Amino acid sequence: MARNVTNKRKIINTAAAWTVGLLIFFPILWTILTSFKTEATAIADPPVFLFFDWTLDNYRVVQERSDYMRFLWNSVIIAGGSTFLGILVAVPAAWSMAFVPSARTKDILLWMLSTKMLPAVGVLYPIYLIFIKMGLLDSRVGLTIVLMLINLPIIVWMLYTYFREIPGEILEAARMDGATLKEEILYVLTPMAVPGIASTVLLNFILAWNEAFWTLNLTAAKAAPLTAFIASYSSPEGLFYAKLSAASTMAIAPILILGWFSQKQLVRGLTFGAVK
Amino acid sequence: MNFRTAFCAASALALAAGNGAFAESHATTLTIATVNNGDMVRMQALTEDFTAQNPDIALEWVTLEENVLRQRVTQDIAANGGQFDVMTIGTYEVPIWAAQNWLVSLNDLPAEWDADDILPAMRDGLTVDGELYAAPFYGESSMVMYRKDLMEAAGLEMPDAPAWDEIKAAAEAMTDKDAEVYGICLRGKAGWGENMAFLSAMANSYGARWFDEEWTPQFDTDAWKATLTDYMDLMNNYGPPGASTNGFNENPSLFQQGKCGMWIDATVAASFVTNPDDSTVADQVGFALAPDKGLGKRGNWLWAWSLAIPAGSDSVDAAKKFVAWATSKEYTALVAANEGWANVPPGTRTSLYENEEYTSAAPFAEMTLNSINSADPTNPSVDPVPYTGVQFVAIPEFAGIATQVGQEFSAALAGQQTAEEALEKAQALTTDEMEAAGY
Repeated sequence: MARNVTNKRKIINTAAAWTVGLLIFFPILWTILTSFKTEATAIADPPVFLFFDWTLDNYRVVQERSDYMRFLWNSVIIAGGSTFLGILVAVPAAWSMAFVPSARTKDILLWMLSTKMLPAVGVLYPIYLIFIKMGLLDSRVGLTIVLMLINLPIIVWMLYTYFREIPGEILEAARMDGATLKEEILYVLTPMAVPGIASTVLLNFILAWNEAFWTLNLTAAKAAPLTAFIASYSSPEGLFYAKLSAASTMAIAPILILGWFSQKQLVRGLTFGAVK
Repeated sequence: MNFRTAFCAASALALAAGNGAFAESHATTLTIATVNNGDMVRMQALTEDFTAQNPDIALEWVTLEENVLRQRVTQDIAANGGQFDVMTIGTYEVPIWAAQNWLVSLNDLPAEWDADDILPAMRDGLTVDGELYAAPFYGESSMVMYRKDLMEAAGLEMPDAPAWDEIKAAAEAMTDKDAEVYGICLRGKAGWGENMAFLSAMANSYGARWFDEEWTPQFDTDAWKATLTDYMDLMNNYGPPGASTNGFNENPSLFQQGKCGMWIDATVAASFVTNPDDSTVADQVGFALAPDKGLGKRGNWLWAWSLAIPAGSDSVDAAKKFVAWATSKEYTALVAANEGWANVPPGTRTSLYENEEYTSAAPFAEMTLNSINSADPTNPSVDPVPYTGVQFVAIPEFAGIATQVGQEFSAALAGQQTAEEALEKAQALTTDEMEAAGY
């Protein structure tokens, strides 16, 4: 039964939600605002919030100095490729765990998740050496594979959770009608799980887009994505806060826009299965 | 269901991931790892001059944050990854990496590069066993930058070679906390290249040193106690609030906004604080040598951002051509023609300081040269030391140890512990680390 919510409580809840939301969003807002300031205004003390001479100069300088499109394209390929590969591997894996579980399925799921608990830097050197041996350093193929492997446990877990919500009887019925395994997964399971798959794809695309450890460590010039683009504007000697903010804004803009348009799917996907 | 279409599109994307590089085809492509400093950015913009002279060489830039660059380059060299052909490194790395045979000798750069023109202090810092392992791109020492108008209002005059007592008196006279003017701004942020660069150099002038000749840490000496006590006294009484988080990038903004009477820091910052586009006090800045304590050493450091070639590079000849171009007199002239003499990379060549066009465009030129010349990396402190380096100790363990010591000193400045406690902890942790390292 729905709880009786008074108007007063509604107002408090709304105000609290807005406050938390704004607090979380503030660093991004500040970065965006700083990107429109001059370097001198960017470091002004006390800080200037809205009333300054807005300038697009930082964006012009960043465009002139860096090949933004190359970084963007690398990000799209690496994030998109790793998510696609991940889904390709994870759908059959999650299917088997959800519909033909063995006594060890839960253990396998936990073991997969446990790989996420290891600090990435712990395996940096072995992976770096493997990359050298295989000629994968500074290649999009190498990064795509690494990011796919890193995100795979999350993809499998998410898909497993969604698949568990789908009644096994429907798949059984398909089998009774003579569907092969491939047809069962492709034409019966996948269409029913589209909302779940979509939110998994979105979340992992965002995770891969924002990944900054491996993308900075395994790339140089050719395969460097937008994380490297941002890092290149951090300076040990010199004031480049406004330009750094412009670069950051340009790097997060595509993913922010994607997130904005797909927030319904994201929220739906993330809360799917939360109520049992 | 248009699954098939989606699959095809995604496959195309995955295939594109495997496609070749974007770079145009040239006989040789040099990958240059660098940091985002003003002079480096300028170099990137002027590389057309190099590629026009060398059409068979293409350049690709990897610009990274300083600490990330160090880690990436170290990792790549140690694993023989061969990702970089030229890299920007500092005076700290050169002797350590050269000893590991990680760098290519630059003794055979062409005669017109004129190695004899490089400032002796810089050349010595980048030379190991007679071999030059890196070409200095720009060099710096540290000096006092002060507000002439505030000094005048206080009825004081800054000597060209001040003592620490005079600095303290000036800081006291210029401080007006109600007007948010602080007598002195110094580095407080923890880090071996941040507060420890300043404090190690200051300690030299106080007769303190990192290690004695047996590699025994020296933080339990009176000289270190006097250094840290005086530093904290200056900062707590006449420094800006929250100084323990101020590093090289925070102090210039305070100075440029007229909130610092003095700032003792890198000589390259002179061009920032005298640039009227950024600084509100550009025409009021005077310069003096870093202070001393009457013991024969000044508290100034020595650093050169330099270009070096890792031993794993497969394009050593092309890389040498680039290094010679970027650190040549002709490059200096190129920058001057495009950006003006005040913007040329400073602190590397004698000829620059003999050039009247430069000395008249850069009011800080003479003091920069004197500061660089007065730094002695092989004999940095009053008493003899077993290491080279003014504001650092050129051993691989130093960066880690000094970062921890810097955190203790920064915590003391923030009021979390006393100077004595910080020094005790510094002594203990340095002793532990050095013992573990086998010294």
